[in-house]
Amino acid sequence: MLQYIKDFIEPAPQPDSSRLVFSNVSRRGFLKVSAAGFAVAAFSADANAFARYKTGGDSMPNGLRYDPHIFVSIDPDGTVTIVAHRSEMGTGSRTSLPMVVADEMGADWAKVKIVQAEGDEPKYGNQDTDGSRSMRHHVQSMRQMGASVRQMLVNAAAERWGVKPSDIKAGVHEVVNGANRAGFGELAEAAMKQPVPAFEELTFKEASEFRYIGKGKVGIYDLHDITTGKAVYGADVVLPGMKIAVIARPPVVGATPVSKDATQTMTVPGVEEVVDLPGSIMPAKFAPLGGVAVIATNTDAAIRGRDALEIEWSDSPHSNYNSENFTQEMRKTAKKPGKILRKEGDPDGAFKSAAKVFGQEYSQAHMVHAMMEPPVAVADVKDGKAEIWAPVQSPYGARGDIAAALNMDIENVRVNVTLLGGGFGRKSKCDYAIEAALLSQKTGIPIRVQWTREDDIHHSFNATTSVERIEVALDNDNKVTGWRHNSVAPSILSTFAPDSGHQFAIESGMGHVDMPFEIPNVSVENGAALAHTRIGWFRAVSNIPRAWAIQSFASELAVELGRDELEMMLELIGSDRTLDPPKQGFPDDFWDYGEIYDEYPIDTARLKNVLKLAAEKAGWGKELPEGEGIGLAVHRSFVTYVASAVRVKIVDGQITVPEIHMGVDCGFAVNPERIRSQMEGACVMGMTVALHSGVTYENGAVAESNFHDYPMVRSTNFPQKVHTHIVEHPFSVHASGIGEPGIPPVPPAIANAVFHATGKRVRDLPMGESI
Amino acid sequence: MATLKINGESRTIDGPDDTNLLWAIRDMAGLTGTKYGCGVGLCGACTVHVDGVAIQSCQATIGDVAEKEVTTIEGLSADGEHPVQVAWRDQHVPQCGFCQAGQIMQAASLLSEKPNPTDQEILEGMSGNICRCGCYERIVAAVRVASTGA
Repeated sequence: MLQYIKDFIEPAPQPDSSRLVFSNVSRRGFLKVSAAGFAVAAFSADANAFARYKTGGDSMPNGLRYDPHIFVSIDPDGTVTIVAHRSEMGTGSRTSLPMVVADEMGADWAKVKIVQAEGDEPKYGNQDTDGSRSMRHHVQSMRQMGASVRQMLVNAAAERWGVKPSDIKAGVHEVVNGANRAGFGELAEAAMKQPVPAFEELTFKEASEFRYIGKGKVGIYDLHDITTGKAVYGADVVLPGMKIAVIARPPVVGATPVSKDATQTMTVPGVEEVVDLPGSIMPAKFAPLGGVAVIATNTDAAIRGRDALEIEWSDSPHSNYNSENFTQEMRKTAKKPGKILRKEGDPDGAFKSAAKVFGQEYSQAHMVHAMMEPPVAVADVKDGKAEIWAPVQSPYGARGDIAAALNMDIENVRVNVTLLGGGFGRKSKCDYAIEAALLSQKTGIPIRVQWTREDDIHHSFNATTSVERIEVALDNDNKVTGWRHNSVAPSILSTFAPDSGHQFAIESGMGHVDMPFEIPNVSVENGAALAHTRIGWFRAVSNIPRAWAIQSFASELAVELGRDELEMMLELIGSDRTLDPPKQGFPDDFWDYGEIYDEYPIDTARLKNVLKLAAEKAGWGKELPEGEGIGLAVHRSFVTYVASAVRVKIVDGQITVPEIHMGVDCGFAVNPERIRSQMEGACVMGMTVALHSGVTYENGAVAESNFHDYPMVRSTNFPQKVHTHIVEHPFSVHASGIGEPGIPPVPPAIANAVFHATGKRVRDLPMGESI
Repeated sequence: MATLKINGESRTIDGPDDTNLLWAIRDMAGLTGTKYGCGVGLCGACTVHVDGVAIQSCQATIGDVAEKEVTTIEGLSADGEHPVQVAWRDQHVPQCGFCQAGQIMQAASLLSEKPNPTDQEILEGMSGNICRCGCYERIVAAVRVASTGA
């Protein structure tokens, strides 16, 4: 996300054609090599074992890496060390990407060690862990590096034994030629000195040869450490002489301390120092909010010291921000024509000649990520160098921002990535790491900045708040002839550039302009709404309000027209086809998750398929007891297709969810076990979004503060059983991400189920636990 | 200054009696397996055992636990093979893993009190522990596995 945003505020980098090597691959090169008698006799019988395709990964800043020397090393004892260059926040990418390398090279997973990369994109390629891109962008390079190492091991053995590489077979953690056998460790030194084979010299495993890919039998690498308390998260890094800082930040973005009294603070045992931190005014990207830091020997003292500060804060241009009024303003804006982003056919004509117009409005409150590990970072700045340890999603981005804040060369800053205790987009914004770096620079000692839960809820980069108004024109046969969707929501861009109040292509691409229904006349509009707090991306981002609105609306329309909902949803999606963005009036800057559209087109057959799958598995159409209902929703996001069929049961007025069926099409499924865990998690977070997640602003400040008034779904009321149905595909159907796309369909499916259970229609998020 | 018995070892904590137990464990005893999640007893990430019973350490002071046995995730078993830890791995419960030490400590305490809990007792017994990644279904399954062995 971060890197994509940069493209919108800075000139987009020119694609580096030298990186798109596979499009220039010459068949002649391959033949020449073959003639020379090397390598390729075992060229896969099925050329589709690995037919390369283009992803947006090549045009991400610093691109992708294919050199196995960067990612793989083998010790003489056979230990294979693989670098995890993406941040682990719970999706399993730290396990799944190295697992791809290991499987393709033939390594025994029990002998694989994973090391976490520091933030260094010139070395590792892009490390920005968000946008559900880890598997989507890196599965090919990981396979290629695995295949390269296998070939280098084979070539080394061929030299040793004086046989042709083609006569050598790679087994599990060993290579074999008749009676000759050699373990990976034994060959390691010679193998790693072999030239790295070109892509055309490589062979790739057939699906039937995979031992880990597609099997879902590998546990996450940190499983044992997590269950024994040994896993290291941000706050678990301890440096000699380190002190703890807890910071009083301005309650309203842009406010500054007018006066401060630290007398009481300095009496708290353990408090050593009170330090001012400079603030920032939006748009400030990830610059800290500023405030007053209390530095102490332990966290307890730092929190008590911070709470004892007496600070009078100035007003800010955002001191009048009140969410209730703001939502009313957005509602007014949504009823007026907005800036037209997509126009297909003649929407005005369709509405003018309509027999009937049906419209509804849906809203969503600001949300906070509230990952279980609040922001935290450790910094040691001394002797012209800075070293940071932090749970960050974008370690190289953080490194650049920290270097700029410290006025240091980026070469003198190192960012070490710990495990992330949840990320959800919040930890792409490194304000907390900049705070630690600035405080360490100022005090000359190692500093850990610890955010409290209250800090996290008060000083977020909020998910935006939105009003989505949808209207359809119907003819005399109740056919939908026109679609108008006006989305009004402050933009993430306001964090990065002067705020126009309008959304930009990334937000519009998330379920707004890419609306897949087969309707001849379409107007997709965006009314302006200025940001009055820091807006950022939250897992699935704008897809949440768009799926909420469109999928709730589809259900309402079916009810309005007396139609079966599944039938209505399938009819709206229409015929099997891929959408044609230019022909269908999509904007010129239409954003398909940063991909080349033709590689990841919007495919209505796949969309309908997951919907039918979830509905069928849930027993759509069956009789349910009084107080129960099933709701459906389907949404494509991050080029993955997900449908939810949620069964709701109302118990004493409380919304409960006994069962959810998730239909998932993420292309080739690399690690089905983590796909299932992500779907289960998405159902829980989706239920939290639906029932609970809303922060409100009063006079510019967030009113909520902790889990009592910003509650989470708990074990007493959560989706009791999640069934994940994964559509099976060969490798040729491009693998896509799974971290985010499970979320968007869940809230509307819950609302649709609530309607069927109670007859009550909910249009505003969060809906509350009772109905 | 207080002396605490944590995981069977005596540790001297340099702080007043009202020093928060969670931060004493983390910052002063240097045992970082116990996590901070909310500081107000609403999330359970900081769950430890005091004389074998689960408490939220952010809601206790070192004075409260003087003369008592404090057990953290690091001391739950010598080798990481407590039945709850084994069940947790068997069910592949964690995603990010941050809340899991607290969940495991809560589950271990629940099972020592009620070796064969009903489903409802598991749900209620675990209700003080939030998992933002949403591992609840597997948490409940793991508690069941730890309790019945299947």
